[in-house]
Amino acid sequence: MSGPSRRELLTTLLGASAALAACRKPPTRPAGELLAPDLERAHRLVRDGAPFPREGVREERTRVAVVGGGPAGLSAAWRLVRGGLDGVDDVRVLELEAVVGGTSRSGECDVTRYPWGAHYVPVPVREARALATLLDELGVVEGRARDGSPIIAEGVLCRAPEERLFHRGLWYEGLYLYDGASHDDLAQLRRFREAIGAWARVRDAKGRRAFVTPISHASDDVASGELDGRSMRAWMDERGFTSPRLRWLVDYGCRDDYGLSSEETSAWAGVFYFAARLGETGRSAPLMTWPEGNGRLVRHLAGVAGARLRTGWIVRNVVIRGEREVAVEGWDAAGAPVRVVAERAIVATPRYVARRIVPALAEAIAREPGAASDEALAFDYGAWVVANLHLRDRPSARGCPFAWDNVLFDSPSLGYVVATHQTGLDHGATVWTWYYALTQPGREARERLLSATREEWADVALADLGRAHSDLGGLVERVDVFRWGHAMVRPRVGAGAARRRRDGARSSGPVHLAHTDLSGVALFEEAQDHGVRAAEEVLDALGVRSPSMR
Amino acid sequence: MHASEPREAAPRPIRRIWGPPPAVPKEPVEPPARKAAVSLLLLTVLVIATCGLVYELLASTLASFVLGDAVTQYSTVIGVYLSAMGLGAWLSRYVNEAVARTFVDVEISVALVGGLSAPVLFFAFAHLSWFRLALYLVVLVIGALVGMEIPLLLRILRERFEFRDLVARVLTVDYLGALVGSLAFPIFFVPKLGLVRTSLVIGAINAAVAITSTSLLRGSLRSVTGLRVRAGIVLGVLIAGIVAADRLTLLAEDGMYADEIVYAKQTPYQRIVITRGKGSFQLFLSGNLQFSSADEYRYHEALVWPAVSVRARDGLPTRDVLVLGGGDGLAVRELLRVPELLRVTLVDLDPAMTRLARTMPLLRAQNEGAFDDPRVHVETADAYVWLSDPVNAAKRYDLVVADFPDPNHYALGKLYTTRIYRWMREHLSGGGVLVVQSTSPLFARRSYWCIARTIQAAGLAVAPYHALVPSFGEWGFVLAREGALEAPTTLAPSTRPRRALDDASLRALFVLGPDMGAEPVEINRLDNQVLVHYYEEDWRKYL
Ligand SMILES: Cc1cc2nc3c(=O)[nH]c(=O)nc-3n(C[C@H](O)[C@H](O)[C@H](O)COP(=O)(O)OP(=O)(O)OC[C@H]3O[C@@H](n4cnc5c(N)ncnc54)[C@H](O)[C@@H]3O)c2cc1C
Repeated sequence: MSGPSRRELLTTLLGASAALAACRKPPTRPAGELLAPDLERAHRLVRDGAPFPREGVREERTRVAVVGGGPAGLSAAWRLVRGGLDGVDDVRVLELEAVVGGTSRSGECDVTRYPWGAHYVPVPVREARALATLLDELGVVEGRARDGSPIIAEGVLCRAPEERLFHRGLWYEGLYLYDGASHDDLAQLRRFREAIGAWARVRDAKGRRAFVTPISHASDDVASGELDGRSMRAWMDERGFTSPRLRWLVDYGCRDDYGLSSEETSAWAGVFYFAARLGETGRSAPLMTWPEGNGRLVRHLAGVAGARLRTGWIVRNVVIRGEREVAVEGWDAAGAPVRVVAERAIVATPRYVARRIVPALAEAIAREPGAASDEALAFDYGAWVVANLHLRDRPSARGCPFAWDNVLFDSPSLGYVVATHQTGLDHGATVWTWYYALTQPGREARERLLSATREEWADVALADLGRAHSDLGGLVERVDVFRWGHAMVRPRVGAGAARRRRDGARSSGPVHLAHTDLSGVALFEEAQDHGVRAAEEVLDALGVRSPSMR
Repeated sequence: MHASEPREAAPRPIRRIWGPPPAVPKEPVEPPARKAAVSLLLLTVLVIATCGLVYELLASTLASFVLGDAVTQYSTVIGVYLSAMGLGAWLSRYVNEAVARTFVDVEISVALVGGLSAPVLFFAFAHLSWFRLALYLVVLVIGALVGMEIPLLLRILRERFEFRDLVARVLTVDYLGALVGSLAFPIFFVPKLGLVRTSLVIGAINAAVAITSTSLLRGSLRSVTGLRVRAGIVLGVLIAGIVAADRLTLLAEDGMYADEIVYAKQTPYQRIVITRGKGSFQLFLSGNLQFSSADEYRYHEALVWPAVSVRARDGLPTRDVLVLGGGDGLAVRELLRVPELLRVTLVDLDPAMTRLARTMPLLRAQNEGAFDDPRVHVETADAYVWLSDPVNAAKRYDLVVADFPDPNHYALGKLYTTRIYRWMREHLSGGGVLVVQSTSPLFARRSYWCIARTIQAAGLAVAPYHALVPSFGEWGFVLAREGALEAPTTLAPSTRPRRALDDASLRALFVLGPDMGAEPVEINRLDNQVLVHYYEEDWRKYL
């Protein structure tokens, strides 16, 4: 990659001024590794429809087969084990990758653990009971507040300062750029907060909130319709929210949480981002984080699953054999074909995979009018790049000294998160996790993602961050890059309605679906809620009594 | 100048007999050029005289900065220097041949030794226990070399002047140079450049003289290449030194401190600066005063003895102590005076700080070599990380001393949170006591009470107290422990007499006047770090 092509790439991905600045200096080329979901195997076997052999298939038995070892699948297994199905052979979790966690997986080096995807969860509101139970197991719940929400130990609450913003050569504390804000800017910010606060206070006849995680606790008749049908940008326009700083903040929020610009994000999701975090007190819920992000939660759940976990397994077909039997067919880690026969199956893969491996679901989509286009709108995926920069030492910076989340105002990237922030290691080597969401339509986003190599993405990350840290280049020892082709489901305009029309397809006989995709937004709480729901449906069907965790 | 002309033509017997024949017959020198050469040689005398005096002043000033007692330092340094000059003059008689070459070599040596004298002496002061010896050795060498300069020059110029005229001219210029040096030193060099840069610059000037004199004395020198290379190397070293001098003391920084900087070092964690004033010295970390040797005993007695006395009152010995921060070793020194003490573990972030406290004679004298005591163990770690490390989870201490720098930014603010106080609590043995340096209850009243309330919020009973430390002002501490805590009334025994404390003054520490009284504050938590904001606001009123 030299001269013009490097500049072109940087211009496309970062904008002209960043490209110009970066091209003045020769690129540093730190070593590193390219990571990605095991696309080749998955594509060969799932997308290209490799046939499952008729003979020579080993058969195994279990009571419940869980397909997918991300937060949803692991939460399902956890719920089953906690619910009494705790024999080693009662539950089997089959995960495609060599490591569990899905998009919440994490890595580790000598200095620290670090995230490869999800990096935080807000402190659960009262409704998120399963999450509170999980946190209790982690030993981080110190008590209950008056409203019933858990009081979380200081050590996992994101250490202050949470975030800082780089603007014109200086870092400022917080995400809203107060510096130079006019009266009108501040008035609009206040008005915006009031509007969000009003939504956060809405209750339906049953006392349910309009915006809450898990979404299953939200009122289904308030809000949704009118907000789902317009974009967040349009919603802002209608209310006269024209302040550039406020628009930046909202757009950043949409890109950060959904990988979509505010023009394409539904106003429902835009408001949800801000309102679902407001607790009963009206204050924004603090964030919980660990050096490895939500990988910490995954680690705990995987520990509970223990010997029930099988990694490196590709599930090809989930075949319903009757009301009480399902066959989960695939290849084990050694490549041998296996058929796991179970009483029930929980399919906790993303929707685009579930459609391919659950024939019953594919048939239903083919049969029902409008289902295919609803599926396409409700389950649209963005592509993301995550780069982990291993630093020998901290670069210099002017202004607010450091924060957990470090965002550049004039950048299409989402900035970086410091893995050692929470452990208090404030000097010396560290790992920075840099995020970049490709907001284009799915196919185009994935093409862009794959068109740049590991070296090129590393160069983009360094050029991006080099604007805020001029001495960064010499301090970076390696840059590992993860290319997420189907990173997360995107709440586009109208996606909510389309999803609700597809909600019926959550279970079919002995097969139960679970995945954050079913909520239309990618969040740990949603993944967990679906995993727990599916597990409770299974427990119910198997006649195992256990009080609901939801 | 024409008086010297007849002399110029005189033959040079020594050279003719012993030296190799001149390669090229010398062309007759043009009178104006010759005249210029002589003026330049006299200018050389002026410059080297200026340099010589500056070295002398440098050594005297430096010695009085680091050792104090200016009268003694000036007298002894000047005495040694002048006698060394005599020695040099006497030694010059042993130079028989190649007078000009020797002169240039002497210049190069003066440039090197003199030019590096201030940085070398500051280094020696920081790292050697025999600083005085190094000082007089350096002064002796520079003096002797400078002492050789004028006699050698006289001999070189002898051929060009009548003796009477020669002595008069050279000595006049020599004394004039002394005047220039003595005026430039206090007016320009020290205030504008500081000692280290002055020394390097003067050395560089000397090296430049060495190079120009190779041209001026071309006729008396067989080959100049070797000399020029050597002089060039020395000049290069000194210029590199000037460039690197920022690492020793920052030009801008000199103005920040009331007293002269005698040591400065940028570590990855902080900037360590030691200054020397009249009869005392001070340690600064990143610009914040840590102690002044004049009154640190008031601070450290107040830090250690109330806690030890609380335990003594309850019949509990203080045997095993954890000190967090306090890399200067002064709190450790105080603790080592507890008769029953068996062990002190010190956790400090910056290895450069503990190394300095262990090796720099000035600091060693102040902490009484505390780090050499077999009861003392040093661990290099961020106290926050150390306390959170499961490896240390089972360790219990009779006393935990938190002696951190003030919470003026987030990396330090985390050392004052409920989270860290909970860990400290877990590290206390039964009846164990925690004491926390807590900034000034007078100047930073909300910060002080925020620390006290935060310790309380971590589940400990607190007893706030204060002490007057003139170089800091009113200073605050918080004593804490599980269960109930009452202020101590009798001072626990020590192996050494206390200077600031007795039973009555111990009790007085716990009386806070109304202007230091409690204020409503929030608790400092890791996820809000309110203390850093309080601290900034509180001190803004005074700075
Ligand atoms: C860059 C990035 C940042 C994010 N940040 C956050 C955040 O800060 N907070 C937050 O709450 N959420 C965040 N998310 C979203 C978060 O990752 C998801 O909410 C969560 O991981 C969803 O869990 P899941 O189990 O539903 O799905 P996934 O994580 O997608 O897990 C699905 C699993 O199924 C496996 N699988 C797929 N096909 C097969 C097959 N055929 N056979 C067997 N196994 C199969 C996959 O390998 C995977 O392990 C982020 C996502 C990304 C990409």
